[in-house]
Amino acid sequence: MAGEKGVVLLDFWVSPFGQRVRIALQEKCVEYEYKEQDLANKSELLLKYNPVHKKIPVLVHDGKPVCESLVIVQYIDEFWSHKSPLLPSDPYCRANARFWADFIDKKIYDCGTRLWKLKGEGKEEAKKEMIEALKLLEGELGEKKYFGGESFGFVDVALVPFVSWFYAYETCGNFSVEKECPKIVAWGKRCMERESVSKTLEDPKKVYEFVLVLKKRFGVE
Amino acid sequence: MASDDVKLIGAWASPYVMRPRIALNLKGVEYEFLEEKFGSKSELLLKSNPVYKKIPVLLHGGKPICESLIIVQYIDEAWSGHSILPSDPYHRAVARFWGHYIDDKWFPALTGISRAPTDEAKKEAIEQVFAGLKFLEEVLEKSGAGKPFFGGDTIGYIDIALGSHLGWLRATEKLSGLTYLDESKTPLLVCWAEKFSAHEAVKCAMPETDKLVEFAQMLKAKFSAYIDALSPSITLFSSLNYICSL
Repeated sequence: MAGEKGVVLLDFWVSPFGQRVRIALQEKCVEYEYKEQDLANKSELLLKYNPVHKKIPVLVHDGKPVCESLVIVQYIDEFWSHKSPLLPSDPYCRANARFWADFIDKKIYDCGTRLWKLKGEGKEEAKKEMIEALKLLEGELGEKKYFGGESFGFVDVALVPFVSWFYAYETCGNFSVEKECPKIVAWGKRCMERESVSKTLEDPKKVYEFVLVLKKRFGVE
Repeated sequence: MASDDVKLIGAWASPYVMRPRIALNLKGVEYEFLEEKFGSKSELLLKSNPVYKKIPVLLHGGKPICESLIIVQYIDEAWSGHSILPSDPYHRAVARFWGHYIDDKWFPALTGISRAPTDEAKKEAIEQVFAGLKFLEEVLEKSGAGKPFFGGDTIGYIDIALGSHLGWLRATEKLSGLTYLDESKTPLLVCWAEKFSAHEAVKCAMPETDKLVEFAQMLKAKFSAYIDALSPSITLFSSLNYICSL
């Protein structure tokens, strides 16, 4: 594919990591070709463009692959720098944004997975950690419209796909994100007013159905 | 002037602390090194990194920056001079990708060797470490293009991310008897390791292998019995566990 012009995204419909990339591309008004991947039966293309991790998302730009969702989002921000900057210009604010995006990577998906995969003490521990993490994020958000301040930014892109997973986490863990972190829920609703987000995120009930399929596959009742 | 005030909270033996030290040296930035006492966390550390309570923390004009590779990127952006990340967005993405790989996959595989519950698992972890080094050898070949460093003629982001682990890698080789940087397998990396370690910006920050070996042996003697009694899931001791198993 080297020498081929254009932007291709190898992705999986419900992946929050893939959704980060889709949202970023839409915010920058970049046209791209979406290629849904079968993760149970990985394509030659995926194995060729991400031989190290064999995972989605992979952005292929003019035949050159970029892997790891937050690396891809930064690449999109730096290549299409003329429109809708996702990272602020000040180095300290950039470091702060990277810190919180990295925090989201370290905590949310892992806690969320343990919430539906584990039972008893393991599940309770995951729930406690998830709530703690969301509370810390709520503290960082404060009274701001977005994590990026007045503009939708890097941390917003990093976290917003997980908003559609809250219903699944709440149902599996028996808690309410609204009750624990109302500001995060309010922020999620504001983000959904953006077309890039509302057109990308899946319905929370659909995400929950997907989690139920995973639970069955892993033999967790 | 407050904005010139640069402090780094760290510890001599930590590979993660080495990273901002190398970056600051490359930029010619003077800083005050605040060494944490082993086994305890200072008030300043807890106040500056309330989320993780870990080193390194860079304090620039009193403002804290945490997470080693985020600090390195901050240093690159806040001070002019030597460029640590390349200027081209694609090459920057490649550098960041390998930084993540080293931290999320390669180094955990290395520390995972000692934690492996079975011989089979241990063998697999060792294979992962060698597979990772093979990937990195290919990256060096491609991006270095005959040049001494991943960054080309000068030290760059991947050099710092990987090179900071050389101290413990060599200590592990001494203590375990297994050679990871093998000239027959990854000749470019062996050459690179020597050049990296000898670089002006690295020399003063790289802990001596023998001192690390001594430190590991001291920890082993002090904590062995204590660790046996603890659950292996306690993060604080997982790195000590690794050290004590060497």
